[in-house]
Amino acid sequence: MVRVDGTSSGESLIQIRGLEKNYSRAGEEIHVLQGLNLDVGKGEFVAFMGPSGSGKTTLLNLLGGLDTPSRGSITVAGDEITHMSAGKLTQWRARHVGFIFQMYNLLPVLTAFQNVELPLLLTKLSKSERKQHVDIALEIVGLANRSNHYPRQLSGGQEQRVAIARAIVADPTFLLCDEPTGDLDRKAADEILDLLTRLCKEHGKTILMVSHDPLAADRAGAVLHLNKGALVEAQGVGGPA
Amino acid sequence: MKYLHFLRVNLFRKKIRTGLTIGSFAIAMLLFGLLVIVRLAFNQGVEVAGADRLIVMNRITFIEPLPISYMDRIAAMPGVKAVTHATWFGGTYQDPKNFFPQFAVDPESWHLMYPEYLVGDDQWKAFLGDRQAAIAGAGIAKQYGWKIGDRIPIEGTIFPGNWEFNLVGIYTGATPKDDVTQFWFHYDYLNETLKQAGGRSWVDHPGWYVVKLDNPDDAANIVKKIDQTFANSDYETKTDTEQAFAENFAKQVGNIAFILEAVGAVVFFTLLLVTGNTMATSVRERTAEWAILKALGFSDRFLLFFVLAESISIALIGGLLGIGLAKLSTAWGSPAPSVLPLFYLPADQMLVGVGVALAVGVVAGLLPALSASRLKVVDALRRV
Repeated sequence: MVRVDGTSSGESLIQIRGLEKNYSRAGEEIHVLQGLNLDVGKGEFVAFMGPSGSGKTTLLNLLGGLDTPSRGSITVAGDEITHMSAGKLTQWRARHVGFIFQMYNLLPVLTAFQNVELPLLLTKLSKSERKQHVDIALEIVGLANRSNHYPRQLSGGQEQRVAIARAIVADPTFLLCDEPTGDLDRKAADEILDLLTRLCKEHGKTILMVSHDPLAADRAGAVLHLNKGALVEAQGVGGPA
Repeated sequence: MKYLHFLRVNLFRKKIRTGLTIGSFAIAMLLFGLLVIVRLAFNQGVEVAGADRLIVMNRITFIEPLPISYMDRIAAMPGVKAVTHATWFGGTYQDPKNFFPQFAVDPESWHLMYPEYLVGDDQWKAFLGDRQAAIAGAGIAKQYGWKIGDRIPIEGTIFPGNWEFNLVGIYTGATPKDDVTQFWFHYDYLNETLKQAGGRSWVDHPGWYVVKLDNPDDAANIVKKIDQTFANSDYETKTDTEQAFAENFAKQVGNIAFILEAVGAVVFFTLLLVTGNTMATSVRERTAEWAILKALGFSDRFLLFFVLAESISIALIGGLLGIGLAKLSTAWGSPAPSVLPLFYLPADQMLVGVGVALAVGVVAGLLPALSASRLKVVDALRRV
């Protein structure tokens, strides 16, 4: 169950308490996130919506350990990440987070297979074990027959599916999707959303997604609306918004 | 090893740029190799000079001779183990530009003086038994295609006329540094021919003496003793250690080492800028990719070493290519044997070259590597 009232059900996979993020720009203090509370259970699909500058991507970066908060805490699967060193955070990211970006961000010099294999290079898996994992990930996203293709030989939708395969191949604790359909046409976007929904429902993946697209948000079990760094509306949650 | 493919594809993603940078490295290292070869060629006399040998020459200039009687007088001095003499002949072979060192020598004492020059026993016996016999170094024999049994005509310049010699032996050096471009023949042949021709100034007057010492530590005393003995005579002497003699000879051409090192330094500084610029551009172009790798869990240290590995790979490929080409250039011998009798690139200098290439690779890659490793993922992704 997703909760935003700061009370924990005790089964939260992700727990955010009093999260604040402030920037200083030209001597002016900018409050990007203001005292956010959030609890997300395992296997939930949560969408964050809101206008540009509302703090969605900042929240995602904090959840992914790419940035550090000004105040508050983030706990994932029992690990509080807000006070981890940069080195520890890097290791934590490799083990727990799968990133999916709007622009796919595949490495152009690597084939689909090699792109998906990248996170596994950080593990102690043997070459054959890595191959097995990559084959499964590409099979799940429906691109087993495109494993030797380079990103330039794939459509936008296919590239994003490879990026999803890369995100899930190491079986991370949760997936962070930043506008995963933002660069795709409707048909391709629907295919990606179908895939994410399937990953959540059939494979039990916890997904946190930022999107401007209401149709994308419709696929999520809970939708949280942010504005000026604060939660202004929530649907499908277990506590008051 | 699992990153080798990743490294290779990144290295050659811009084939032309990488190729040109490797080419720059190869040319710079070829130049380095050639500079080393030339420097060694100029200094070879210094490097192979015997620590226990002295050169006694005419005080006025080394092209003026000394009386033959000095040989016994020097040999009788305490601390002197052996004495030999040689005379610079200065002839040319077939064409005036075919110039190489020819020495009229006293065979027995010459052979004992220079054990580093290796001649077969049969060849040496044949040399002793024929007044017109000659022995040539392997290098010069190879250059002119001589073989034992050939008759070698030499056009005299200091001693005019057409001199003919029977080639009975070919010597080699005990080490690659030994000069194998000399041509030896009997002093007696020169001396007696000059006598018959009625010449006066060079009859019984060899060019210089070489003195072997019992103990190299006595060199300073014996140098002084020899020069004092012949002071105030018609033929005053100037004695030096063989090394000092070789150094003075090399300095007559100019401070070659300084010139070569200055050229080398400029080349490597330029190379540093070229490679540094290539790596900086390459790293900047891939800002988003470094960010993604970091997001996936690759550490700052991994990125630092990965960029350095790219830079070092370029340096190593270019360096090996250049050094290999420099080594190859020595395969056909010296292009100017009379000026550079020794033309070789020793293994230790090749290793120095590879070391220099690696150092340039590390320095050139360091700043771009640091910028990649220090990249903030959030900032980099915002720029994408």
